[in-house]
Amino acid sequence: MSTKDLLRFATAGSVDDGKSTLVGRLLYDTKSVLADQIEAVQRASVDKGLTTPDLSLLVDGLRAEREQGITIDVAYRYFSTPTREFVLADTPGHVQYTRNTVTGASTAELAVLLVDARHGVVEQTRRHAAVLALLRVPRLVLAINKIDLVGYDEAVLTAIAKDFSGLARSLGFADEAVVTIPVSALVGDNVVERSANTPWYEGPTLLGHLESVPVTGPEAGAPFRMPVQYVIREHSRDYRGYAGQVAAGTVAPGDEVVVLPGGARTTVSAVETADGSLASAGAGRSVTVLLADDIDISRGDVLASAAAPPRVGTEIDATLCWLSDKPLRPGARLLLKHGTRTTQVIVGALGDRLDTDTITYTDAPGQLGINDIAKVSLRTADPLPVDDYADDRATGCFLIIDPPTGNTLAAGMVGHPLTLAP
Amino acid sequence: MTPAIDTLDALDSLESEAIHIFREVAGEFDRPVILFSGGKDSTLLVHLAVKAFAPAPVPFALLHVDTGHNYPEVIDFRDRLVERLGLRLEVAHVQDWIDDGRLVERPDGTRNPLQTTPLLDSIVEHRFDAVFGGGRRDEERARAKERIISLRDAFGRWDPRSQRPELWNLYNGRHAPGEHVRVFPISNWTELDVWRYIQREGIELPSIYYAHQREVFRRDGMWLAEGPWGGPRGAETLELRSVRYRTVGDGSCTGAVESTATTLDEIIAEVTASRLTERGATRADDRLSEAAMEDRKREGYF
Repeated sequence: MSTKDLLRFATAGSVDDGKSTLVGRLLYDTKSVLADQIEAVQRASVDKGLTTPDLSLLVDGLRAEREQGITIDVAYRYFSTPTREFVLADTPGHVQYTRNTVTGASTAELAVLLVDARHGVVEQTRRHAAVLALLRVPRLVLAINKIDLVGYDEAVLTAIAKDFSGLARSLGFADEAVVTIPVSALVGDNVVERSANTPWYEGPTLLGHLESVPVTGPEAGAPFRMPVQYVIREHSRDYRGYAGQVAAGTVAPGDEVVVLPGGARTTVSAVETADGSLASAGAGRSVTVLLADDIDISRGDVLASAAAPPRVGTEIDATLCWLSDKPLRPGARLLLKHGTRTTQVIVGALGDRLDTDTITYTDAPGQLGINDIAKVSLRTADPLPVDDYADDRATGCFLIIDPPTGNTLAAGMVGHPLTLAP
Repeated sequence: MTPAIDTLDALDSLESEAIHIFREVAGEFDRPVILFSGGKDSTLLVHLAVKAFAPAPVPFALLHVDTGHNYPEVIDFRDRLVERLGLRLEVAHVQDWIDDGRLVERPDGTRNPLQTTPLLDSIVEHRFDAVFGGGRRDEERARAKERIISLRDAFGRWDPRSQRPELWNLYNGRHAPGEHVRVFPISNWTELDVWRYIQREGIELPSIYYAHQREVFRRDGMWLAEGPWGGPRGAETLELRSVRYRTVGDGSCTGAVESTATTLDEIIAEVTASRLTERGATRADDRLSEAAMEDRKREGYF
């Protein structure tokens, strides 16, 4: 049987860039939209007085979205080609854009950022790019849409690409991490099919690029980390295994590991799944790890490479994306979930705020409101083993949770993953 | 020596994600339960749960909300699976709720929408705090917006406009007494992924998923079987056809598709070539309105 791999990616763009149409085009041209869905869209398009099917209706699922003609939440879409499966997090542009972009970007190995060829890089593009850089999405596609509306003019592409590459560089993206593709989602140019209208363009189509980028992120080559989720015991066999999903790096029998925050060291005796023992397990694999020594380990502990362990402490410098209407003030007592451990946290001083309109850090605010991104110092009740988010997305991320309501208030990243080039 | 890099294919990746979700819930909740109908998606859930905790037993019970409109092959399959794995099965019979007047039979005889009250009553009775379901985001437009761990209030309601953001693989399942969460470990699977994985793992399914001869009648473009829920009306007539089921739901509203696919290879070929989604092809309950699924989910349905 052929093996396909899986790419998780996100799309971002402002309201009129044609993002829903692009997503609809990807689904439609990869034959991922079935007849009853097309018919439903055609019926709804006629109801709205349209003469052609509105492919964006494939994407907007909730009653309120259809009634108001807006997208209010991240939607997940699925399509596949003979070589790869795709999970697409489609993030709406305007309403709660930080919340949605952060959510979509958090699991993405690549982001497609849309701009309108007539308008080029606009304020919303800068905001989205800043959030994608902050969330350390490894690869970007700048899709210059509506290229048909500028007469397929190569000079337009060149100018926008140059403008964007300056922005991308200032946000810390390497040149090779960004690919620019001229497309028309409406007509289909360079989305799935190569366009005869852009003979000057020699790069890949959008789908061709999505099919060829590596699916593994930088965490594959990072030092081993695995938060323990659950201890599996089978008393009749005196079996005790530590269940978890490898967050970063690779684990193999014989590896020396440290159990954090306690600090005990031991050796991996076996790496198992229900299908048997593995020679090694890489990032993303759910496994059960057996250890040579009898150590007290429970949910919340982290198994890590003894040679390159994370740092352990209760004082954490971090960056927060504030996602709640309830403001954050210094001194707040909240909960922090990191890996498989939830602990109390006291918010210390608020640091610089990231102004996503100007892509600059500005002076510390008195409080954080919804969509604000700022540096902050935190003190946790339990010591946490953390990596800088810039070094390891999987062990550098955390949630801030409101104790009375249980709501997720913020996306947190250890350290300051966005350093702006001067 | 550095061991070879372990790379995950798409099914490995989806399997590991589902196992991670099962283990998170086992670690953070007191009384989880798997909603189990005997259909392919809930059978897949049980298979993944077994793999998540092996060699220890699955630390959850199963709950079947039984409409009474069943296929005998499916009930037989359910009972054998439960016995083989040594699981605890709770059954909430919709008929009991009708008999004592808490529910009233609908004029159209469909009992799918009637499952919500027995489900919510059972959650309260057994104090379940996390309820696993086999819902997938590719099934239906409202489900595309569903979280993997999704909070329900004391009335079981889903409020799509105030969902918690779901970031990285950090799931926030905090809930107040009386609230519970619904958990969807196979959210990111497609129908084809499910079938390819069933084939890869050799998972046994009820026989009605494979093509067989059955007396069916045509209604609203679907092939329905006769049963205690009713049979052909007016000009509708029973005829013997080679059919199979793509989903298993309440017998009154779940249609069969014409098929000669008797093996997993043939089913996968058929699903790949299909021009209709599984719900669009075979579920009358989703055709009630544009937002039929969203409306049922808001009231506490799966």
